[in-house]
Amino acid sequence: MKDSLKNQELRNRQYIIILIVLSVAFIYIIQLFYIQIADSSYKENADSNAFLKKVIYPSRGLLYDRNEQLYVSNQPVYDLMIIMREIQGFDTLSFCKMLNINQEEFDNRIEEIKDKRKNRGYSRFTPQIFMSQLSVAEYGKIQEQLYKFRGVYAQQRVLRKYTTPHGAHAIGSVGEVNQQQIDADSYYSRGDYKGQSGVEKEYETYLRGEKGVEILLRDAHGRIQGVYKNGERNKAPIAGKNLTMTIDMGLQEYGEQLMIKKLGSIVAIEPSTGEILALISSPSYDPHLLVGRERSKNYNALLKDPFKPLFDRPLMAMYPPGSTFKLVNGLIYQQEGVITEDTRFSCRMGYYYSRTRKLGCHPHPNNLDLRESVQHSCNAYYCHGLKGLLDSPPSGISTTESYNHWRNHVLSMGFGKKLGVDFPNEKGGLILESNRYDRIYGKNKWKSSTIISIAIGQGEVLATPIQTANLAALIANRGYFYTPHIIKKIEGDSIDKRFREKHQTTIEQKYFDPIIDGMLMAVEQGTGRVGRIEGIEICGKTGTAQNPHGKDHSIFMAFAPKENPKIAIAVYVENSGFGATWAVPIASLMIEKYLTGTVDTTKLNRKNLQKRMLETFLIE
Amino acid sequence: MSRKVSLFRSLDWITILLYVTLVTIGWFAIYSSTYDFENPTILNFSARHGSQLIWIGFAFLLALITILIDSKMYNNLAYIIYFLIILLLIATIFLAPEIKGSRSWLKIGPITMQPAELAKYATALCLGKFMSSYNFTLNSIKNMFLVGFIILTPMLIIILQQETGLALVFAAFFLVLFREGMNGIFMVLAFLGALFFVLFLRYDYISSSSNSYILESFGFVIVFILSVISVGIMIAYYLKDNRQMLQFIGGNAILYLLTGILHLFGIEAITYTITAYISISLSILYLFIMALLQKQKKYFLFIIFLIGSIALCNVTDYFFNNVLQPHQQMRIKVVLGLEDDPLGAGYNVRQSKIGIGSGGLLGKGFLNGTQTKLNYVPEQDTDFIFCTIGEEQGFVGSIVVLFLYIALIIRLVILAERQRSSFSRIFGYSVLSIIFFHVAINIGMVIGLVPVIGIPLVFLSYGGSSLWSFTILLFTFIRLDANRMEILHQ
Repeated sequence: MKDSLKNQELRNRQYIIILIVLSVAFIYIIQLFYIQIADSSYKENADSNAFLKKVIYPSRGLLYDRNEQLYVSNQPVYDLMIIMREIQGFDTLSFCKMLNINQEEFDNRIEEIKDKRKNRGYSRFTPQIFMSQLSVAEYGKIQEQLYKFRGVYAQQRVLRKYTTPHGAHAIGSVGEVNQQQIDADSYYSRGDYKGQSGVEKEYETYLRGEKGVEILLRDAHGRIQGVYKNGERNKAPIAGKNLTMTIDMGLQEYGEQLMIKKLGSIVAIEPSTGEILALISSPSYDPHLLVGRERSKNYNALLKDPFKPLFDRPLMAMYPPGSTFKLVNGLIYQQEGVITEDTRFSCRMGYYYSRTRKLGCHPHPNNLDLRESVQHSCNAYYCHGLKGLLDSPPSGISTTESYNHWRNHVLSMGFGKKLGVDFPNEKGGLILESNRYDRIYGKNKWKSSTIISIAIGQGEVLATPIQTANLAALIANRGYFYTPHIIKKIEGDSIDKRFREKHQTTIEQKYFDPIIDGMLMAVEQGTGRVGRIEGIEICGKTGTAQNPHGKDHSIFMAFAPKENPKIAIAVYVENSGFGATWAVPIASLMIEKYLTGTVDTTKLNRKNLQKRMLETFLIE
Repeated sequence: MSRKVSLFRSLDWITILLYVTLVTIGWFAIYSSTYDFENPTILNFSARHGSQLIWIGFAFLLALITILIDSKMYNNLAYIIYFLIILLLIATIFLAPEIKGSRSWLKIGPITMQPAELAKYATALCLGKFMSSYNFTLNSIKNMFLVGFIILTPMLIIILQQETGLALVFAAFFLVLFREGMNGIFMVLAFLGALFFVLFLRYDYISSSSNSYILESFGFVIVFILSVISVGIMIAYYLKDNRQMLQFIGGNAILYLLTGILHLFGIEAITYTITAYISISLSILYLFIMALLQKQKKYFLFIIFLIGSIALCNVTDYFFNNVLQPHQQMRIKVVLGLEDDPLGAGYNVRQSKIGIGSGGLLGKGFLNGTQTKLNYVPEQDTDFIFCTIGEEQGFVGSIVVLFLYIALIIRLVILAERQRSSFSRIFGYSVLSIIFFHVAINIGMVIGLVPVIGIPLVFLSYGGSSLWSFTILLFTFIRLDANRMEILHQ
């Protein structure tokens, strides 16, 4: 009896054993639940283990000039990628030999890759750039040996290639993204390229295309085991969109040649569309300098150049517009009723704006009307006009109000603010607001004599060359302009509608005629005589921008032909003195080149002019 | 003929069905884990999944043979089989070539086999035979000694073969002994022993506080505190004296409190480790005096327990630092979370956990596992086969496999309990305990709860040796069970 009781107790132990089994199972289920469902980090780990996401870079959009001539294209290069985790047991010696580097360089490079301060995205598990931008030839030499090195592979990249060494400023350059740019846009990752200036920067989103990805399966030894799901999840890269620029490559090249060894800029615009025909900043540089492995070295050298070749003068240099600004005033005086086309003012070698103070003028016939004042660029004429406008406005308004009217007219002609061109870093120039004068001189304490220099485009007036070219264009159009732009066509897309929007100035069309007549006279027999071309009616205006730091800047703005104008142009030649000497001939040659396709060198005067422009060096 | 028909009818088909299901799942898992993305093949007998199919065919044949053998044979031959296997085990040490540091694989013609796998079978038979002998009782010291001898002999030889993992499985017989009448206190002590071992290692050598320059072993402190609390509970349980328990535990608590106050005043010379020793020594002294005063023998048991704790800590300390190989130390440290060694000892477990963890709820689908197929998980078709299931079949698949094992084990408990003969019952419990230990250690290892111990997952892992020995083990019991009505109660 006792025995069977004992047996019964032992039989019950089966339940304890079952309980132990169930407890263990329970703990295991909790752990399984934890790692499989609650914690998602394992999934990510598995993916980063197994999937080698190989980026396939799209080819960058090509650039054509306005005549559909290829301007900028691509060339393949190869980045040598290395995955640190996988390079154990690596034959460093033959690797160095293959790449033609020594052990020390190898060690330094590896140190650099591992340095998290320099290489923030470093991970042992992801590909790092060991050597970038090997050319096709360099890659060809090592291609056959690459398989020997585990954890090393070549990644194809795309670099820019230029048909001509011209137009560097307009096109801009492409460079590796910096950390800031990576943080700002998730499209980019380390080592990617991005447009850093010019069209390349402005139209980056069109040009870059979309990166593709190839998902490869990688085993524990880093060996590629094939394409994941037969490439079902791969994404083909989408090539960037091709762009057609408004630039005329021939004109651009010619302009750069004319500006060789001179400081300054040329902007040529088609008045009827606002398309920029040439955009020259001198000195320029060969765009190839900013491509490839030498980029940063060359970039630094250009940066240190005292003549600032990287400075985009047409858009960023602000000069007093000088006499070219008289056209603006001439238009406003008429619109505000201060003068008519027949109004005459006397000039005795200048304008006395107080008993003792005179704003000088150069010798020319006295008592000119509006047309003649343009022709001879008379300073006094415009000072009288300003006096009439500000001190005794015909409509009986106050000086301040009249100044505000003046300013509105000026702004409507594209001055004093950014034009909104499709270019980065554009500057807006300067036209002061009336309250600034209030602050300087006191409310109602200023009149025409206080700010007399704005009458002739000096003093508190600053404009960029492109704004001056735009002025030429809007005068050519008799009162309206299109925002200047450099891209004509985007493949499969249309250009921004702001470039197809007509900007009407506040000046009535009829007031343009006397001004244009005066401009024609200036070229035919006035200040711009040297630019005259047989058979082409050029309307132009010289200018001299005072330069407190040295010799004045020579300015000329013009459009041609007078009727149905095809080209408006502004030429700035720095430190070259009076406008007629340098700016006028260059503008004239440019106009002839564009309108006739060539410069007629059978005519001796044209031939000599061209020779002088091409061969005179204002800087060394 | 009629005898055979009745034999097949009396087989436990539930167990057989569970067996076939697990073996089938195993084959698919092996197929998947050796699947090559580049060169997919349906069936190839030179590939791992192909050979496994052959091993499975042989296993079924072995199962049939095992069933056809007269069940009395097992009982009669038990000692001889045990003796022969022990000889084979010893011979293996000298005959086997060294593979990965162990000498446990014998190569006979095209077949390599591990005699250690068969040792479990032989030990189970031998233990069954010995413990079912007339008037056997575990309470006799002599019997305890002999039982220990039967279990420990093959275990020690296997340790000599450098197959610690397989040797560890012999601890499974502990469950059998428990079922057959071993005092439950041994189970409690074994549990406490394991717990103290783990806690000691986990908290050994940790600085006592951030500003302290004295390195203290909190292992001692924690184990000694728990030992004292355990003795307090024993006092309450065995002596039915709750007041004394409170005094005993409270007295010790005051000692630790005083140390804490001293530390507050900046006197850190008396560390908690010293206090722990003072506390446990005073406790022993107290219990000794009480034993003399109250003339209660039980106090001596408590004293032995406390001395045992001191011994355990010191032996563990010595054993861990001086006996275990560095790689074994590392494996234990990784599981205890003391070391993070993702590329060394922790690599296998980490990759295996990534594999299972990435499976999610429903898994990546058959043949779609990347961790297992791209060789991130080592031993992916042998010891880490469960990883393939976890990755491709997810939480649901893992649970299903786990439940199949639980079902099998519980079914075997039911079968064992319905045996009339002690031999069959003891053998049955041996079988289920061995299966349970294998499954618990293997899956525990794969999901990172148990140190890496290289033992295969029953019925699932690739390899003939393991599959065959488990098949023989299981089907011998099925055979015995089928015959249970014919054997008189012994």
